[in-house]
Amino acid sequence: MKSKAGFVILALLTAATALVYAIRADKALSILVVSKDYLLEMLSILPPVLILCGLFDAWVPKQTVERLMRESSGAKGAFVALLLGTVAMGPLYAAFPIGRSLLKKGASLFNIAVFLCVWASIKIPMILFEIKFLGVRFALLRLALTIPAILIISGLLKLAVPASSGPRPSTGE
Amino acid sequence: MFAATLWIIAAAGLLVSLGKSREKTRAALLFFVRSFSSLAPSILAIIWTIGFILTFLPSGLILNTIGRDSGIAGIVIAAVFGSVVLMPAFIAFPLAASFLRQGADIRAIAAFVTTLVMVGILTAPLEVKFFGKRFALWRNSLSFVLALVIAFVMGILLK
Repeated sequence: MKSKAGFVILALLTAATALVYAIRADKALSILVVSKDYLLEMLSILPPVLILCGLFDAWVPKQTVERLMRESSGAKGAFVALLLGTVAMGPLYAAFPIGRSLLKKGASLFNIAVFLCVWASIKIPMILFEIKFLGVRFALLRLALTIPAILIISGLLKLAVPASSGPRPSTGE
Repeated sequence: MFAATLWIIAAAGLLVSLGKSREKTRAALLFFVRSFSSLAPSILAIIWTIGFILTFLPSGLILNTIGRDSGIAGIVIAAVFGSVVLMPAFIAFPLAASFLRQGADIRAIAAFVTTLVMVGILTAPLEVKFFGKRFALWRNSLSFVLALVIAFVMGILLK
């Protein structure tokens, strides 16, 4: 589905580039050169990162992950969720269903907020990309600042959202 | 050098895995092939679009909006941009790097990258559905503010 949309967009981009070439050949060339440079930089790092993700996926299967999350509760559960958040792939919205199931298992708002923020912002594969493109100082400093920021966000969130009026799943299941 | 290290680690991981289980190594490679081929078209599309943007973007624009002299306004603009856009972070990093090369303020770049991953205006409705209105509102606005704080601290420390 998503990759189909990708192909449609690629076709449009090809057409647009051809159009630009007809009007300003030098601009079209610049588009292609810039894109090529980007692509090469991306390809220098994407395959090994994906292979490492694949190895993790194969050796630590999803069922193990889910079982661990279900079985551990309280602080331990939050810690497990935190660790899993750092290795999991996927955008923030992929973490919403997991977060809600943790909530239903009795995890606190604080823990859920920590889990969501960690999932969103602290990912080992992403840190590798950040080091590659923005430098090791930038990436590690941002990481070091993000961790206390997440704890502050989650602490304030707990104060701001009273448990009584707190998040209640709006749909039945 | 960093890329080479990653390749070596990945290759070593594959070898160790192969020594332990042919089956799981196959699964890992399958995961690689599947995720790579599903990512490839959209990555290519985004990169190509970036090629367009960088070609046609007036050279002074970056400098004027999020450049070193744009001050707080530039940082806030970058943070808002990061909150609104839905883009995989690994695509955003090279884009951010090229903005940086064109003279963008490092605080603006830090704000952009941080809100990109932590704040989601477009995904907020979904977050409301799962966790309630107050939770989503507070998590996103607190994240936005803290992203600005992170940006300012980085600006001081990376001077």
